[in-house]
Amino acid sequence: MDEIRKMLIRAFVILIGIIFLARLLYIQVLDDSYKMAADNNAIRKIVQVPFRGQVYDRKNKLIVFNTPIYDLYVTPKKARVADTLRFCSLFDITRAEFDSLTKIARTYSRVRPSLFIRQLSQQDYARVQDVMVDYPGFHFQTSALRSYESKSMANALGYIGEISPKRLEDQEAKGEDYYRQGDYVGVTGLERYYEEELRGQRGIKYMMVNSNGMEKGAFKDGKLDEMPIAGKNLYTSIDVELQQFADSLMQHKVGSVVAIEPSTGEILTMVSAPTYDPNLLSGRNFSKYYKTLALNPLNPLVNRPPSAYYRPGSTFKLIQALVGLQMGVIGPGSGFGHAGAPVKCHGHPLAGTVHAGVQWSCNPYFYQVFKRIIYNNPEPNVFKKSAIGLQRWNEMVAKFGIGQELEVDLPNEKKGKLPSVEYYNKVYKGENRWKFSNVASLSIGEGELVVSPVKMANVAAIMANRGWYIRPHMVKGVGKLGEIDPKYKEHVSVGIDERHFDPVIWGMMDAVNRGTVSAEARIPDIQICGKTGTSQNRVGKDHSIFIAFAPKDNPRIAIAVFVENAGFGGFAAAPIASLVIEKFIKGKVERKAMSEKWMNKSFMMNIPALWNINKPVPPPVKPDTLKITQTQPKTPLPQPIPIPVKTSKDILTVNSDNKNSKRLK
Amino acid sequence: MAREEQISKNLDWVTVLLYILCVSIGWANIYAAIYNPENPLWIGDAGFFESNAGKQLIFLGSTVLLIIAILVIDYRFYDTFAFFIYAFFIFLLLAVLLLGSEVKGSHSWFKIGSFSLQPAEFAKTATALALAKYISTPLVNLSRFKDQFNAGLIIIIPPILILASNETGVALVFAAFLILLYREGFPGVYVAICLSVIILFVISLFFPVWQIWIGLVVLAGLIVWLLPRYERKLRNIALIFGVVVAMGLFVTTVSWVINNVLKPHQRNRIIVLVDPTFDRKKTGYNVWQAKIAIGSGGLTGKGYLQGTQTKFDFVPEQDTDFIFCTVGEEHGFVGTFFVVALFVGLLLRILHLADRQKNRFARVYGYGVASIIFFHFMVNLAMTIGLMPVIGIPLPFFSYGGSSLWSFSILLFIFLKLDSHRSQMLSRW
Repeated sequence: MDEIRKMLIRAFVILIGIIFLARLLYIQVLDDSYKMAADNNAIRKIVQVPFRGQVYDRKNKLIVFNTPIYDLYVTPKKARVADTLRFCSLFDITRAEFDSLTKIARTYSRVRPSLFIRQLSQQDYARVQDVMVDYPGFHFQTSALRSYESKSMANALGYIGEISPKRLEDQEAKGEDYYRQGDYVGVTGLERYYEEELRGQRGIKYMMVNSNGMEKGAFKDGKLDEMPIAGKNLYTSIDVELQQFADSLMQHKVGSVVAIEPSTGEILTMVSAPTYDPNLLSGRNFSKYYKTLALNPLNPLVNRPPSAYYRPGSTFKLIQALVGLQMGVIGPGSGFGHAGAPVKCHGHPLAGTVHAGVQWSCNPYFYQVFKRIIYNNPEPNVFKKSAIGLQRWNEMVAKFGIGQELEVDLPNEKKGKLPSVEYYNKVYKGENRWKFSNVASLSIGEGELVVSPVKMANVAAIMANRGWYIRPHMVKGVGKLGEIDPKYKEHVSVGIDERHFDPVIWGMMDAVNRGTVSAEARIPDIQICGKTGTSQNRVGKDHSIFIAFAPKDNPRIAIAVFVENAGFGGFAAAPIASLVIEKFIKGKVERKAMSEKWMNKSFMMNIPALWNINKPVPPPVKPDTLKITQTQPKTPLPQPIPIPVKTSKDILTVNSDNKNSKRLK
Repeated sequence: MAREEQISKNLDWVTVLLYILCVSIGWANIYAAIYNPENPLWIGDAGFFESNAGKQLIFLGSTVLLIIAILVIDYRFYDTFAFFIYAFFIFLLLAVLLLGSEVKGSHSWFKIGSFSLQPAEFAKTATALALAKYISTPLVNLSRFKDQFNAGLIIIIPPILILASNETGVALVFAAFLILLYREGFPGVYVAICLSVIILFVISLFFPVWQIWIGLVVLAGLIVWLLPRYERKLRNIALIFGVVVAMGLFVTTVSWVINNVLKPHQRNRIIVLVDPTFDRKKTGYNVWQAKIAIGSGGLTGKGYLQGTQTKFDFVPEQDTDFIFCTVGEEHGFVGTFFVVALFVGLLLRILHLADRQKNRFARVYGYGVASIIFFHFMVNLAMTIGLMPVIGIPLPFFSYGGSSLWSFSILLFIFLKLDSHRSQMLSRW
């Protein structure tokens, strides 16, 4: 009995020992989760944000850089403010603000530092630095603010801001974990497109902390720390001087200017009017200014060149002529009269050649050209014939980038629209229910065609290069080595033989010299080749479009200018383009009076979005320049859907209701 | 002089060695637990003796004097005065209720200057002595109800007084004497009841009451079915089902008590045990942080003074009740294995010494010593590694605290003194 009990007691002691060892073996050796939990407890990762890359223009002028700023932190437990009034006046805050900031900091933690005052400038910092010894418990942390050399190009450069919840989710979906809540990232423009190059590589410092969160020195003497690597600089192809000049020409106007160097595809200038001062969206005042900008009915936050929707109008005739020539349905000497075409024309001599057709922008001429393009196949059934023809035309036009992404190095590039056979089948609710007469408005760049200013500038570059382009891009090189995506070096052919360009370019030349373009646009010693266009609108005056390149031989600049609601043809756009060309090629503008005049010219009274704000004016009657009379099909068919001018944000859509005005009151 | 020679010759040096290992490793860990890398203190530095490591060093010094005193006092003193000592501590426990100062919500401390003493710690030793004295009285037989009752009374009075002063942990330790009683012929059925109560209690935490009822009934049916045919008498069947019903009622009562009687903080301590992720910020904080500290030690630990969890105050009470975390974090599984083995070795050694006593008083006392140390070891470690609810009792010889160190040293060395005179002590059996 005793012996058994003695053994049992010993066995129990040993059993407990074994249970403990088994448990310890499990939590110490087999289960890893506690090690991670311990690191989370006692090791704080301190992220060191590197300097973001800077941005230069094509002449190596600095346009975007970092200004150091200072955040003031407070540790409530250590903080002593003997003279609160002096402290408040030092930092220009009220007593009430001081109290509420102190309270917030105390509520967060008594021993951990809280942000007290955000983003003090270097001047402010220098002013308070010496007195800070009187206020223990306060310390500064440096960070950087994005600063911009000029007010130009705010939209193309973009801005940085705190990462949005959506982008954090996207990141998580991709399985990455670089960004955390509160990080600053590029939100729009180049800042967004080149985010990964600009941001650099964050550094990490490991600090040991105690249970109150107080720092207790470097973990493992900093052996695991990673140094931050500064972001790469962007070397853009923008010519800031030219940009500023173009900006000034576009003041009091809504629209875009895009200039490209045809031989390289480099964007020289990208104006989106109206614009804003990019410095406003940097730093403390972000939310304040962002709100007013976002509510502005003219949408200064939209980067129009890659994003806005316009119909190409007559500028599209260049492509029609080239497609016709390439298909062989017309020759350089083909001529068409005005008879038989449902489109009207302006008084001009008969277009007996392609040259003249382009020069006079003859609507009936291109109606006939397009008809030949569409009907250029042996199919007897007129509906099927139209479908086959349109398909062929669509393929050829697409090569010009119409309805495609050009892969510009900017976010939010819009494809635009190039109607296809499927599209019309859908609109007319079935195959073989439409024919040439239903799509004839495409012949002169109306109807369902939608382009952006960047696309049309690229068309101008194609004309200048006689048949090829390099994808337009703003950045020539990234970082010290000047790396660039190889796609921005590649020549893209548009599938038109070089010889077909000559008659069209002659037409463009004479359009400027003695054709549709106003005499003002001519420069005596620079041969500009251009084409005007009128982009029709449902509401409000037409948009004025002009695309051009210069000089005619060895072109150095290709340009597209869009001025919204400025009226017919090249009236407003051509002189502006001409001045930009002169500035770029000569380096200065000799026509001072003319540039003065265009800088001061305003078309704001024509902008429908602004009508509601001042007084409800009915839209002025649109000058009846183009009219397409539909030949009635046997069965009543729905009309082609008119496409309103639109940008990525719907607010720009011409609104006749009072929503905007209400918001602004 | 001859007398001292005799003591050093007869003293069990194995136990002494194990004891020295325990207190020195313990002190090293207390030093690590309060170590501040920004302001490392070492003996001689200003403020060292104000730190817990410094104070513990003073306690260790005074303990040596205590041990010498115990070894010098005549061995017959403890036998003879066992009941007086017991009565004295009952008196102190009563006195502390009236005169004691409050420390962390418990009313169990005498404060003399900067020094505080907890009589409850010493009451364990006194009770072990009194119990040994009573059981070694001729003709006391623990299978008789009267003697069982008297022994029970000796055990139950101090914890009641201790409970009154709000020291639940220390009071629970007296349950350890069940081991002693079992060794001395206490009926096994009581021990079986106690074990099944503990098992049922644990089961009732993890399963809903109705499931346990079903389980019990199924179990009873199974036993009846497995019984040999000749044993399937009505009486046996009724007995089996009676036991099952009693168990079921016990489980029902336990869950009712947990849900309706216990205070929320007590209930939470139990919930933490069942659900380790429960309320990690408050109730579950201790257990969770302790597990993190031990678990992050890995196989070999982070190295002495390199533990981030204990050093930076993540584990509360890390130099007292949670001292084992420091071992676990800084020395890993190797360290914890060594400490567990050290305790098991010490306990087996004490049991071995106890069983070689010819004198019943010394033997019973020896089992008392082993029971108390074992209970502390079991509950403290089980608590730190999340196998038991948090019950605040120290790890013998390791945890910081003068009362605790003194009381365990006295407890152990009285036994070693008795052991060294075992040949002189007449067996009364």
